[in-house]
Amino acid sequence: MIKFIKYSFFNLIRSYWTIIYFVFFLIISSTILYFSADLTKSIVSMMNIVTVLIPLVAIIFGAIFYYNSREFTELLLAQPIKRSSLLIGQYTGLSLSLSLSFVAGVSIPFLTQGILASDHLIDFLLILMAGVCLSFSMSAIAFAIALKHEDRIRGFSIALFIWFFLAILYDGLLLILLILFKDYPTDYLAITVTILNPVDLSRVMIMLGLDISALMGQTSAVFLKFFGTLKGISISFISLLCWILIPALLIVKIARKKDF
Amino acid sequence: MINIQGLNKHYNKNHVLKDINLNISDPGIYAILGPNGSGKTTLLKSIIGLVIPEKGDIRVNGINVQDTPLYRNEISYLPQVARFPDNLRVVEVIKLIKDIRNQEADEFQLIDLFGLEAEMKKKLGNLSGGTRQKVNMLLGFLFDTPVIILDEPTNSLDPVSLTKFKKMIFEKKQQGKIIIYTTHIMSFVEEFSDKIFLLLDGRIIFTGDLQGILKETLESSLENAIVHLVDRNGNDKIY
Amino acid sequence: MIKRIIIYSTLFLSTSLNASVLEVGQSKSYQSISVAITYAGPGDTVMVYKGHYSEGTIEIKIPIVLIGISNPVLDGENKYSILQVLADNVVIKGFTFKDVGASYVEERAAIRIFKRTHCIIEANNLENTFFGIYLERCRDCIIRNNTIIGKAVSEMNSGNAIHLWYCKNILVIGNHVEGHRDGIYLEFVDNSTVKNNYVVDNLRYGLHFMFSDNDLYLNNKFVSNGAGVAVMFSKTIRMTGNEFSDNWGSSSYGLLLKDISDSEITLNHFISNTIGIYGEGVIRTNITSNDFIRNGWALKILGSCTDNHINRNNFLSNTFDVATNSSRNNNDYDGNFWSDNSGRYDLNKDGISDIPYRPVTLFSYMILNIHSATILMRSLLVDIFNYAEKIAPVITPSNLLDNKPKMKIIDND
Repeated sequence: MIKFIKYSFFNLIRSYWTIIYFVFFLIISSTILYFSADLTKSIVSMMNIVTVLIPLVAIIFGAIFYYNSREFTELLLAQPIKRSSLLIGQYTGLSLSLSLSFVAGVSIPFLTQGILASDHLIDFLLILMAGVCLSFSMSAIAFAIALKHEDRIRGFSIALFIWFFLAILYDGLLLILLILFKDYPTDYLAITVTILNPVDLSRVMIMLGLDISALMGQTSAVFLKFFGTLKGISISFISLLCWILIPALLIVKIARKKDF
Repeated sequence: MINIQGLNKHYNKNHVLKDINLNISDPGIYAILGPNGSGKTTLLKSIIGLVIPEKGDIRVNGINVQDTPLYRNEISYLPQVARFPDNLRVVEVIKLIKDIRNQEADEFQLIDLFGLEAEMKKKLGNLSGGTRQKVNMLLGFLFDTPVIILDEPTNSLDPVSLTKFKKMIFEKKQQGKIIIYTTHIMSFVEEFSDKIFLLLDGRIIFTGDLQGILKETLESSLENAIVHLVDRNGNDKIY
Repeated sequence: MIKRIIIYSTLFLSTSLNASVLEVGQSKSYQSISVAITYAGPGDTVMVYKGHYSEGTIEIKIPIVLIGISNPVLDGENKYSILQVLADNVVIKGFTFKDVGASYVEERAAIRIFKRTHCIIEANNLENTFFGIYLERCRDCIIRNNTIIGKAVSEMNSGNAIHLWYCKNILVIGNHVEGHRDGIYLEFVDNSTVKNNYVVDNLRYGLHFMFSDNDLYLNNKFVSNGAGVAVMFSKTIRMTGNEFSDNWGSSSYGLLLKDISDSEITLNHFISNTIGIYGEGVIRTNITSNDFIRNGWALKILGSCTDNHINRNNFLSNTFDVATNSSRNNNDYDGNFWSDNSGRYDLNKDGISDIPYRPVTLFSYMILNIHSATILMRSLLVDIFNYAEKIAPVITPSNLLDNKPKMKIIDND
């Protein structure tokens, strides 16, 4: 498997798109740092980019990568290897290269701005962690979808829909739910629904570091209380992990039955 | 060596392979022929394990191909379409495949044969289609395996490479390998085949050698013989 | 050194006025403070030396200077008020008061002054004293450089550190006030000044004005109180140069304004409070040149507030800059700097953005009604909603906007 991680990683890290992705983060973080009034504002803007853009890019890249390496995958599968080790290897290589572009692109400008010595270090690390988790999760989903659907148009449509669903639609549905049940205590409903969506969960985890004063207000102290406890943090991490592991297992499962 | 019994495969509602029984044990060259969509590639892919059979049993050296990938150590495979990761160099792909197989390989002779020295350091994305096919060919013949499976090997080869390829096939036969291939070029079959399997609509409608097929159809050329057989079976199906 | 100078100068003063000095201590003429006081005449100085004095409630009925040397301890044994001042011109200085003890029946205090003028309470330590310094119907008094630390756990059974009731012209300066219900409490107190105090960890309010007019408080620090400062039913209060920080909680404010008018709030810093300023019934008040940094809500201004001017403030990285419950706006928000204003363009280079800015977001309305929707904060969906509302306001007050938003942070120092 390591061999496949290595080859996918080196293939991608030299690719035009990975470099564009890296440069994109480099430029966007520098711009944000330059134009924001203070570091807090920069972190907030980064959070928006991380929770919205990374899933989109990862899910599209994942599908493109699978479709493009389709024939080579076939050639490799004709070798005496297990399907799962090749596909998981390719997927890991892809996620690693996406994560590296992101982490490097964001870290360089923020490090030069002295993030290490600032009191936003934890928030920054959370953003990096969330970005990496989302990269791994979304590219696994994309891989599974592409594996399942040979038809590219259909594969891309489903991938885009999943992004749209997780990034926007899901929140809309949650909001409707909260409005419908607004006469009842809905805090734990909101928490549960949030934990089930990796995009929302990443956002909330970063937000708790940033908006502590506002969250302390009103009933939202419940959120702080939940996500601040060891139990809450553990559940959040388990959920994020599930969003990586389940699609990864799905890759293995679909691959086992697939005709190449 | 290769033993297929009662192999069936659907793609959605399309019944691609119907009760295929096939037995290859002697060294030699085996041609699988048939019109487009008759199931040739699916049959080859079933043997190599790329396609999962619904019903039936495929054994290579007595090993069920669904049980372990290790039987593929005995098989070299040349896919129909050659596409490689754009940003890897030719040497890197060769190294990757060698790493995976962990078998004896003599790439230098093949590099020499196909004249690929100058391309070794280039990225695969920058190669022409013909050169990529040569690389594909190189990878297909990299290991000294008892079984060689070639899916349309003659596609997009220039005359010089084709000659070299024929020479190589001949050598492999001399070495006592089993070579299984598909093609649409009948002259190639006339030149290189010890046994022919003719597939139509997922069924093997003829098994035998070149002489046998000519005798059965009373035609003078392989091309006509195949058309004859296809028509006959096609009509059978219609009426 | 300073202490010594004070002592010598008071000694000098009292001798020059022909007054005498009475000494209290183990090896001195008097062992009891109460006894010494009964022998003292007006203008005399009673010097209390280091020791532990448990004498119940001590009453001071004549104008004397009561000075502690090396912090003698006056102990209320959790039963008594300690000093009861019933004369003008009394000075109390250099003591440690402890353990007054809570009471639900009477408002016990370490020092109580009733209906007197020109008293000075200076440089004392008050520990666990229920009410600390309690002035009732007093005038022209000074409360200076005292440290008052309580152990308040619940509002019900805790008192205020400095409690002023029906007073005039009082100066509260340089005190450290901690762990009470209210840090400094003023009810019906006019023309008074609260300055340079450090007020921390009080349960309810750091500083609390009720029905008090024409007061000034400046350069104080209010940290992690229930609410930093509450100003209620008062007018012409000037609030300048204070810092309000880390006042967190579900009903927690840096500054709570309720039914006040004609006041000035200038050059203050509001940092990391749940709500920077909460205003209800605020009229003709200027909120000018303040910095609001990392608050949950910088301003929560309800519809009952009118004719206020909110100008030249910096709003930096607050979760919400302005929230209101009304669809109308009767206040002026021009000329502030908003760090959330991403559409800042200045083609004519006058330092003022060419496009007006709307500091109220749709989402801030949403969570007024549906608290748990807070969890959607900073999501793409909410950003889209806010953006749409900013372009075409439907719910938020369409005239609540800054017509002259500044391009750069305003230098308020």
